[in-house]
Amino acid sequence: MSGRIPGDRLWIHGGRVVDPSQGLDGPAQVIVEAGRIAAVGPELERPEDARPIDASGLVVAPGFIDLHVHFREPGGEHKETIASGARAAVAGGFTTVWTMPNTDPPIDDPAAVGFVKAAGEAARGARVMPIGAASIGMEGEQMTEIGGLVAAGAVAVSDDGAPVGHAGLMRRLLEYTQSFGIPVIQHSEVVELAEGGVMNEGSIATALGLRGIPNAAEAAMIARDALLSELTGGHLHVCHVSARESVEQLRLARDKGLRVTSEVTPHHLILTDELVRGYNTEAKVNPPLRTERDVEAVRQALVDGVIDVIATDHAPHHYEEKEREFDDAPFGINGLETAFGLCMKALVEPGHMSLGQLIDRMACAPARIMGLDGGTLRPGAPADVVLLDPNEIWTVEPQGFVSLSHNTPVAGWKLPGRIRRTLVGGETRHEVEEDR
Amino acid sequence: MTADQTTASDEAGPAAPLGKDLVGLEGLSGDTIRMILDTAEPFKEISERPIKKVPVLRGKTIVNLFFEPSTRTRISFEFAEKRLGADTVNISSVGSSVSKGESLVDTARNLEAMRIDMVVIRHGSSGAARFLADRIPSNVINAGDGRHEHPTQALLDMLTMRDRLGKVEGLRVCIVGDIVHSRVARSNIFGLRALGAEVGVCGPRSLVPVGIEDLGVSVFGHVEEAIEWADVLNVLRLQLERMNAGFIPSLREYNRVFGVTRARLERAPREVVVLHPGPMNRGVEIDSDVADGPQSVILPQVTNGVAVRMAVLYLLAGGRPELAEDAKRGSGG
Amino acid sequence: MIADKQPRDLLDAAGVEQALGRLADDIIAAGATDDLLLVGIRRRGVELAERLAELVAERTGDPVDRGSLDITLYRDDFAQIGSRPLIGTTKIPGDITGRRVVIVDDVLYTGRTIRAALNEIADFGRPARIELCVLVDRGGRELPIQADFVGIGSDVPPGSHVEVRVPSEDDELGVRIRAGAEQAGAG
Repeated sequence: MSGRIPGDRLWIHGGRVVDPSQGLDGPAQVIVEAGRIAAVGPELERPEDARPIDASGLVVAPGFIDLHVHFREPGGEHKETIASGARAAVAGGFTTVWTMPNTDPPIDDPAAVGFVKAAGEAARGARVMPIGAASIGMEGEQMTEIGGLVAAGAVAVSDDGAPVGHAGLMRRLLEYTQSFGIPVIQHSEVVELAEGGVMNEGSIATALGLRGIPNAAEAAMIARDALLSELTGGHLHVCHVSARESVEQLRLARDKGLRVTSEVTPHHLILTDELVRGYNTEAKVNPPLRTERDVEAVRQALVDGVIDVIATDHAPHHYEEKEREFDDAPFGINGLETAFGLCMKALVEPGHMSLGQLIDRMACAPARIMGLDGGTLRPGAPADVVLLDPNEIWTVEPQGFVSLSHNTPVAGWKLPGRIRRTLVGGETRHEVEEDR
Repeated sequence: MTADQTTASDEAGPAAPLGKDLVGLEGLSGDTIRMILDTAEPFKEISERPIKKVPVLRGKTIVNLFFEPSTRTRISFEFAEKRLGADTVNISSVGSSVSKGESLVDTARNLEAMRIDMVVIRHGSSGAARFLADRIPSNVINAGDGRHEHPTQALLDMLTMRDRLGKVEGLRVCIVGDIVHSRVARSNIFGLRALGAEVGVCGPRSLVPVGIEDLGVSVFGHVEEAIEWADVLNVLRLQLERMNAGFIPSLREYNRVFGVTRARLERAPREVVVLHPGPMNRGVEIDSDVADGPQSVILPQVTNGVAVRMAVLYLLAGGRPELAEDAKRGSGG
Repeated sequence: MIADKQPRDLLDAAGVEQALGRLADDIIAAGATDDLLLVGIRRRGVELAERLAELVAERTGDPVDRGSLDITLYRDDFAQIGSRPLIGTTKIPGDITGRRVVIVDDVLYTGRTIRAALNEIADFGRPARIELCVLVDRGGRELPIQADFVGIGSDVPPGSHVEVRVPSEDDELGVRIRAGAEQAGAG
């Protein structure tokens, strides 16, 4: 829209700068130059020839980083393309996304990684960083040529969608990835325990007559993998934590000082399996929405730092696929554009966290745990900035999503916190008009 | 409305008493369930007449949409439909809608386009009946959806209990067998609780679902305890697949540990009435001398099945078309 | 809600008893009673049939069979009415083929109830003869149906309601005419 060639100077003024990485929270200005942050401070005057960006009434923060999204290209372009996903991301305030490789065909060779990177760059949305497959074909048997993937731009490996079930392979991955300084990202699920389940195992599943996935299916895998991380010294990153027993395992890993990091989705911070009643397929997700006790446990873990970051696990699906009997509908919730508002509602509005802490979990902490050049407004960092209004209440209208898909269980919800403008490398890639 | 003045103005039941559909017993009030059972009574008499037919659903088209094979339930519904004078069509297609190629949504749209009055659906996925009911204006009756509910089975079970023991309220009813996979169990639990009965379940731990106590039932780990406690046993069929899937080691062991045998019943402090939804695995969950003995009401269950299904069809059908719209918008059954 | 006319009695208890007595005589005079079956329709017709059966039995010295018929499932307006009427008991003793059946009802009006009754009786068998006996014939026929035995005829305007009251349902015996709106819930 109002894109500019990097090299421009920008003067973002009038806003409240919240940057937990520098301990900043107060009225301040940000000067951007050649796509990087040049200066941040409370009394910076407008440099000559700098274009002013008025952030009055808004919060200015580092752009969010989402370590877990699914763009369905190649193979599922009707649900989402890399371009539409990258643009949905900036609409949600995300300036960097890590894309999962479970496409069709999967991203398990350097050419595929290169394709994703190039498509991401062309999209002019959020920065797209491809995650490569951990095993060939994502079949969980043989390791991919990880060095080749990394050389082509992969930032991590994962078989997400599915776990790496074979313990021996998981051990080798945690050892081998150390040569490249990347994490193994694990969808933690013992498949034999999940046994074809479609929702949380519990009394609601029993009443509905649906097969359940017990908490133990997740916690048991985390326990195993944490021990393997301890054994090998490799970096394990645990996807989408949902169960209170999982939190116990992560707390143990933290107390032992292991190289284990983890993420939680916005939906697991507030939604429970009550939403499945009536066979609502929009609430069908893996790991499933669990009980209030589990929501409290993961929420507290995020506050305590036992869970490190928020990641959306953005999983777009076409409405025809969700318009099916519950057993047959695919798992997944469309998360990029509702993430900030839902987290505000789940964490900040009830007082569990401050806005600064939320921004830390969405922007600073992801950069920190993964060693990324971003998630901060420190001078020299890329000018990935988000301007948001933490007080604006808006209604979720899925048909109006930038994403090609609309599958969310929070349609019609009123959420506090709206993304007004997102800059990537100093370029405005998302902007909302004033009158909204 | 100038109907004959001696018509049932002072005997009228509630308008659209069940709403548009019968998807399950969960959420139905005790009064509603009692009304269905009371309505079934006069329909029993019709099955004793020389001409077992009344014209009340004449001109109505009813489709029996069975995605899972079933002879007994389908025949029972067919008898009920024909005895009410309706035209019936049977559509059988085994396999999930995905494997079949035509989605349940498309099936629903086709039925709507053909202006079918009522659909009786049996499907392998829990929630399929609700799925269909929400999408077509026809009356939808659930003949069994996955592991969720089989409301007419539970209704005929309760009618049989009432016939034999005079009432359902206050009875102690224990459901014995594979509870996890049983829609009959769930419907029985919802219906019996609504009528004020005490409900228990009994089976090997691997076949009793997590959180079942939250539905208000007691759990018995041993069939002897269940028999000692209960006034009524509803014995579920144990399927061979459960053994193959490792839930239990063998059918023989199941009979030895959980089978409802003559010897176990004789040790009970009272005469326990025995039900079974059929078909029975004689010698597995129930022994022949129990199934054929004086405490068994298995055959009356079958007779009541037709009457109950006639009552449900009668209560759902006909009336003004706007009623179906109102019910679709409002109550949802 | 009700028009200014007060309800008035068409027949008091004594009047009803007299009328039933004459009806019993008429039924006997009209044919043989050895295979007679009196079938009362739904609620109030049933008690009237009981009383008539007693009266005929007294006069002839032989017991008279009686039965009851609920015509709800044979109504011709089933698709129009909103409510689902509760269905009463139908009890027809034995085989009616070849018998003399007299249908007994309280009031004959449009004739649709009797038509439903005829359809239903046909599903039980083929009587040699079917006759109709009513306590009140109020005119207003919508079908070509007539009663063979009538207790009392009365031209009642369409807006009014003729109520036969019997002890088993209403704790009194009599026939009353009530002006004004039909009772709420009437089909």
